[in-house]
Amino acid sequence: MITRTAAELAAALAAGETTSVAATQAHLDRIAEVDGAVHAFLHVDAEGALAQAAESDARRAAGATRSALDGVPIAVKDVLATEGLPTTCGSKILEGWIPPYDATVVRRLKAAGLPILGKTNMDEFAMGSSTEHSAYGPTRNPWDLDRIPGGSGGGSAAAVAAFEAPLAIGTDTGGSIRQPGAVTGTVGVKPTYGGVSRYGLVALANSLDQAGPVTRTVLDSALLHEVIGGHDPLDSTSIDQPLPALVEAAKRGAAGDLSGLRVGVITEMSRQEGGLSGWQAGVLARFQESVDLLVKAGAEVVEVSCPSFVHALATYYLILPAEASSNLAKFDAMRYGLRVWPEADASAEEVMRATRDAGFGDEVKRRIILGTYALSSGYYDAYYGQAQKVRTLISRDFDAAFERADVLVSPTAPTTAFKLGAKLDDPMAMYLNDLATIPANLAGVPGISVPSGLADEDGLPTGFQILAPALADDRCYRVGAALEAALLEQWGGPLVPPEEKLS
Amino acid sequence: MPEITRAEVAHLANLARIDLSDDELDHLAPQLSVILESVASISGVAGDDVPPTSHALPLTNVFREDVVTPGLTPEQALSGAPAVEEQRFSVPRILGEEQ
Repeated sequence: MITRTAAELAAALAAGETTSVAATQAHLDRIAEVDGAVHAFLHVDAEGALAQAAESDARRAAGATRSALDGVPIAVKDVLATEGLPTTCGSKILEGWIPPYDATVVRRLKAAGLPILGKTNMDEFAMGSSTEHSAYGPTRNPWDLDRIPGGSGGGSAAAVAAFEAPLAIGTDTGGSIRQPGAVTGTVGVKPTYGGVSRYGLVALANSLDQAGPVTRTVLDSALLHEVIGGHDPLDSTSIDQPLPALVEAAKRGAAGDLSGLRVGVITEMSRQEGGLSGWQAGVLARFQESVDLLVKAGAEVVEVSCPSFVHALATYYLILPAEASSNLAKFDAMRYGLRVWPEADASAEEVMRATRDAGFGDEVKRRIILGTYALSSGYYDAYYGQAQKVRTLISRDFDAAFERADVLVSPTAPTTAFKLGAKLDDPMAMYLNDLATIPANLAGVPGISVPSGLADEDGLPTGFQILAPALADDRCYRVGAALEAALLEQWGGPLVPPEEKLS
Repeated sequence: MPEITRAEVAHLANLARIDLSDDELDHLAPQLSVILESVASISGVAGDDVPPTSHALPLTNVFREDVVTPGLTPEQALSGAPAVEEQRFSVPRILGEEQ
């Protein structure tokens, strides 16, 4: 049951071969079996999920199913508000907080009939690339429990990789869906900015955050994207246009014909020299093989240069802390969350300072201080102002590249999963994990990461990133599904983490 | 490029309303200097003629009709509060002794 894809589960439910209660129970059993080792979940809602599953089964019996995925269970990253379920954002400052409302994404999942298994682990307030910055302990990579599952959405990616859930929701501010997908051998999609509502998503950086699907197959991501995407009046940055036909694009891509498609290989992100550095040899080898498979499917490859991308990481680490330091000002110990009294008759300000010291972890403090610095008078123009201008240059590079290519491709992450603890005391080394994923967030364009194999050096998963112009998310699905189909044929089946590592 | 001193970090932490311990200040100052050194590479990359981007996609203000829509009840709004009094958020004293 648990190894089935969401599309297969949906088909089995439709055919009456199984029930939502049985499917949900199987995943809850799997969580009970392996999550002690993986720690993908911060909260499991067995009772609620089974009740939602029973309702789904009753709807189906009455011929009133609500969506293609009605009855297929899902896990939700703990940064989305869930009415009646704890929402911590991986932080002590929100320990025990139970939101009084649902995020729009969660509301749409419920409306479509997907039982919610629980909330997944993450770097605190989505700040990190390894899930080690969670205040509740790291998630472990199902491929090797001594290694990181990526971040910030390591919990969602690991849950899907370890068959604890067929589907999950992630959020991607600089790569937090795609990079965990790459290092756990799963699929992750960052939709076009504004394509999925941010209402009820606890903001890290408003101009960069985007929720999206975390799955094991490209088709499953398309199915989930169609459930959660589309205009929401509660989010003023939500795009007021219909979504492209994503499921159709995935099915068309899986048929394997990419004739006439122009694939742009980004010079700066596809080789050791002449751009960004630090690529692992095995990552580049799997990337080149995937490019060759696209050519075999009929695509034409062009090389495109995006010279400003070498400045994307620096730009991001000025814009993100600036936005984050403003956003996190709301954690002031007054209306919700932790309140710490440094002494009995402390003032509101003293309580605020003590609470923020006790409630925030190291990485959050680093970024708040950095953002406060970048926004201070005297430094604003040199840092934040300059970063906003370079952001324009990065968007212009994308515009020029998309004149010559329909999609752009690169490896998703520069390396495979590293050992837990390896980069914890070196923030810059940690930040470099996102160098290939960040440009898409700065420009608002959609991207997908698809498993591209295992690196020769360490036998760990690598990811292939496909980027498309804003609003053309369907191209990510078409090309992603074509690559997935070609690779599955080559491998003879999906890449699966070795079961003995999980026990 | 600028090094960020321990005193500056203490000042910034004060602005951000976070009490940092001496250990944290010792730890943070050199880390922030390394990060700043790395991000400083963007200075001079974009000329004066390049306009800044605050949002990747063009935004327009969104209006709605000025009609009452359902919201949280007072009980829901107060449900996560550290302290509640007479259907209000109860907060520590705002003024100091001398005020």
